[in-house]
Amino acid sequence: MATKEDLIRLERPNSYIGRNLTRSRARRAVAGRGQYTDDVLMPRTAHAAFVRSPYAKARIMRIDTAAAKEQPGVLLVMTGAELAERCTEPWVGTLTCFDGMKSAPQYPMAVDLAVWHGEPVVMVVAETRAEAEDACELVEIEWEPLPPVAEKETALRPGGPVVHPAIADNLAFRKTIDTGKVDEAFANADIVIEETFEFGRHTAVSLEPRALLADYDKGTQRLTIWTSSQCPHMIQAVFARTLGVPEHNVRIVAPDVGGSFGLKIHTFGDEVAATAAAMALGRPVKFIADRLESFVSDIHARENRVKGRIALSKEGVIQAVDIDVLSGAGAYSQYPRTSVFEANQILNITAGPYNHKEYRARATVVYMNKVPTSQYRAVGHPIGNSVGEALVDLAAEAVGQDPVEFRRRNVIPDEAFPTTIAAGIKLQDMSHTACIDELMKRMDYDALRAEQAVLRRQGIHRGIGIAAFIKGTAPGPSGYYGIGGAPIASQDACTIKLEPSGGVLCMVGVTDQGQGVDTVMGQIAANALGVSMESIRVISGDTDAVPYGGGTYASRATAIGGEATYQAALALRAEILVLAGVLLQAEPATLDIVDGIVVDAGTETPRIPLSEIGRIGHFQVAELPNDVKPVLSATRRFRLTDDLYIFTNGIHGAYLEVDPDTGFIKLLKHWVVEDCGRVINPMLADEQVRGGCVQGLGGALYEHCIYDDAAQLQNGTLADYRVPMAFEMPDIEVAHVQNPTTISDLGAKGVGESGTGAAPAVVMNAVNDALRPFKARVTCQPMTPEAVLRALGKV
Amino acid sequence: MKAPRFSYVRAESLEQVFELLKQYGEDARILAGGQSLIPTLNMRLSQPAILIDINRLDMLKGISAGDGAVRIGALARHAEVAESPVIAARLPLIAAAMPHVAHVAVRNRGTFGGSVALADPAAEMPACVLALGGTLVVAGARGRREIAAEDFFRGLYETAREPDEILVEVRVPTEAPGTVSVFLELAQRHGDFAIAGLACHARIEGDTVADARLVYFASEDRPRLAKGAMAALAGKAWNDGTRAAVIGALTDDLDPMTNLDGGAAMKLHLQRVLTGRALDAAVAQARAA
Repeated sequence: MATKEDLIRLERPNSYIGRNLTRSRARRAVAGRGQYTDDVLMPRTAHAAFVRSPYAKARIMRIDTAAAKEQPGVLLVMTGAELAERCTEPWVGTLTCFDGMKSAPQYPMAVDLAVWHGEPVVMVVAETRAEAEDACELVEIEWEPLPPVAEKETALRPGGPVVHPAIADNLAFRKTIDTGKVDEAFANADIVIEETFEFGRHTAVSLEPRALLADYDKGTQRLTIWTSSQCPHMIQAVFARTLGVPEHNVRIVAPDVGGSFGLKIHTFGDEVAATAAAMALGRPVKFIADRLESFVSDIHARENRVKGRIALSKEGVIQAVDIDVLSGAGAYSQYPRTSVFEANQILNITAGPYNHKEYRARATVVYMNKVPTSQYRAVGHPIGNSVGEALVDLAAEAVGQDPVEFRRRNVIPDEAFPTTIAAGIKLQDMSHTACIDELMKRMDYDALRAEQAVLRRQGIHRGIGIAAFIKGTAPGPSGYYGIGGAPIASQDACTIKLEPSGGVLCMVGVTDQGQGVDTVMGQIAANALGVSMESIRVISGDTDAVPYGGGTYASRATAIGGEATYQAALALRAEILVLAGVLLQAEPATLDIVDGIVVDAGTETPRIPLSEIGRIGHFQVAELPNDVKPVLSATRRFRLTDDLYIFTNGIHGAYLEVDPDTGFIKLLKHWVVEDCGRVINPMLADEQVRGGCVQGLGGALYEHCIYDDAAQLQNGTLADYRVPMAFEMPDIEVAHVQNPTTISDLGAKGVGESGTGAAPAVVMNAVNDALRPFKARVTCQPMTPEAVLRALGKV
Repeated sequence: MKAPRFSYVRAESLEQVFELLKQYGEDARILAGGQSLIPTLNMRLSQPAILIDINRLDMLKGISAGDGAVRIGALARHAEVAESPVIAARLPLIAAAMPHVAHVAVRNRGTFGGSVALADPAAEMPACVLALGGTLVVAGARGRREIAAEDFFRGLYETAREPDEILVEVRVPTEAPGTVSVFLELAQRHGDFAIAGLACHARIEGDTVADARLVYFASEDRPRLAKGAMAALAGKAWNDGTRAAVIGALTDDLDPMTNLDGGAAMKLHLQRVLTGRALDAAVAQARAA
């Protein structure tokens, strides 16, 4: 029998692991044949549009829908109260694993009280979206505006405004991690450094907005929903339970998905409303969020204020880290994944690469009358890394050490793993030292420092940034969702089948959002089975077709779904070899599969092609002994057992120029060295890292959901919510230190968020390195020109 | 994000446009390139009764050089202006500003006249026309009027054009020999609306700035001719003293507005930085010539 290493090794004819293959969906998209939810056309489709609250907080005194109902094309006008009657029970966005967490019950649309600017209040369904929007303008709502909670800093103030009367203190959650002797460590430290950081709100801005087409067949009582989703099974469970349809009668199809970034792992009231409309009307109903409503209804993230302290010995050894996080959630904790993961992750990962023994991290999550917040790519990591790495840079400066040297001395050395870090998390298979070495080589660090010094004398202010990170990927079942009560699978699964033709169908619970999950699963399956990529078809994103799984989030697709696929393919391979052994009167262990043909192991003499196995196994079973009952199909599931996450690590480098007169920042070059374990498809892994970096850079420099004192969102278009564009982005060099995880046989860790998690940290460090001669520091993100000029004291 | 219902007429003659404008007044909108108008319709920020499509009116097209001035038809696309040898040779300020106008797709469709007539305070073309002392030609059923750029821009999206008039062409005096032009703007991303910007046209003799026109945009409700700063420059050698005087004069010349990009103080600061840079560049250009 081939060993694990044999199956993965590169030189086999079907060794796809480690090879650059283009995404299976790319050619279709380039040919204009991509099929996104809005491209799915059903006869008699009606279109939903929403009247949304113009106030951050207001009581709904009266709603008059009579004029709207009279409009041409209008089929249905439904208020929040009317929709609530069609729902089994309101959502409560808490998980039992978060002790003491509170959230108010939430219906899909506001009932009596609207609590954020943009909350859906009334739905209009019409023959066309334009007619629905026309009618929305005629819905009359009498409002009683109420004072909103507009700032996280004042949200807990007694006697101030409250978001929900039932939660009088606006407090969602508090958590503390404390190793116990933090105060002692600070008291005894030679040097203590403190700084406060402010992070603005962002939102995901996927190219394809949220989209849904719901169709209810009253004859079969079957509900089918096409939706741009990362986790079809979770959508199935939540929509079925909310609308009172048996889960097995609900089919969720995620066709092509045009970016998601965590936005599309959530459930949204307007989508439930459109589905309820389809059930009420007996007609398909489509809802495509437009860009304006996306900004006020897609989840937001990243709004945090963090006070950080670091204690050092005079030799430059980190003694302790202490952070206090104030996290600004929205009006509800997002159901079912909650709005507290961000704070929780900040606590888990801040200063995670380092060897200090004492750590205290406190988080306070408060409600505000703003768009609900929740998981967005690299949840919490951009904040935790920015804080931790800024403190480490300050520490290095305080003891007069180069920031790289300081990190080299303070990271947990590679040979020390597995070990438990100060945050209490067990980490294994980490490679901080190897990543630092590789980064230094790629940056040509000493030469870069020399160039910086020369240019500084000429009045050109360049900065070099370094930021190490750890990243929680592929969460296990012991952590949060499932155990906390949410219908979200932490395992994932693959069903693989040999067809009569010898072709292979591979059905996976993880989904593809354009990053190439289908291709990567195909590579793993083809590699393990011994067949060509051309003979495999991967099917994902359809709950009727694929085994139950969690979908794609938290960098889990390859690490979890990939291992399930690998094991399923090995199981099918084993069955094929048993069947071949019967037919060939050979011991299965003496056989192998190469390029779709069963061969003698070792000599690779062809014996019987898989098409023959398929033909006999499906059509000519009479040729087989009666006790041989071919299934030619295998399903395997994979989950973590002892671990919270499969942690990865890495380090970023950045080179940039700051114009001290204008406050403008020009990015010159970006490097990432990271360890995602075994790399299945280097090109796609690199592109994930690059795309992730760009998203992190956008947050660090441009993106910001700006609210005024009345908690009104001020910038709701792509002209004034600035996403990063290619013109401003630097070249991003990516390298991998491959230290396969020992948690799975395949050895792949997650990769999709490593760019986003540390890019803001490295850019902030580089900006402050550039500003060093001015003794100025920027401690807020986004680092706008005004923020830089303020730091310089110029405005 | 679907536009409300509106009527649409594809105009076949200017007279037809005049007639419709007379009939509908402020309920009518002229559809030229549509790069600003169509988004506002889709966002339901404006709900005109009728769109008058002027794209077939050939008399509004083209760029031509005349006696001492360049005529830019209201329908000339930004891309045509950007690629025009007439503009490159005679109006280097506009040629320098053109790459800052949004992105290629917008420049392909958007029109010079549309930008000037809309009078977005962050737009480049109104500032250039004002800096070069251009003339706006509007027409309507009541006849044709020529309006100096200095009288045309009256506020936020507000111009001297009456609701029953249409901008038909812009006439811009050819930049004279011995003059130089510098266009600078600051935008966080290439193609964004500027945070601050300056269109500068100057005659420089030796080290002396004989006279200069400085137009600041993107910091208040309209492009602003900085008369105090211009007076502080006129006839002076460009040195540290002049620099301080010019930058100081901007305090009175400009009245920056706070917006999402930053406060009034930051806007003033950036306009001052651009002033120094523009005049450094202008003097260097003049020396090199």
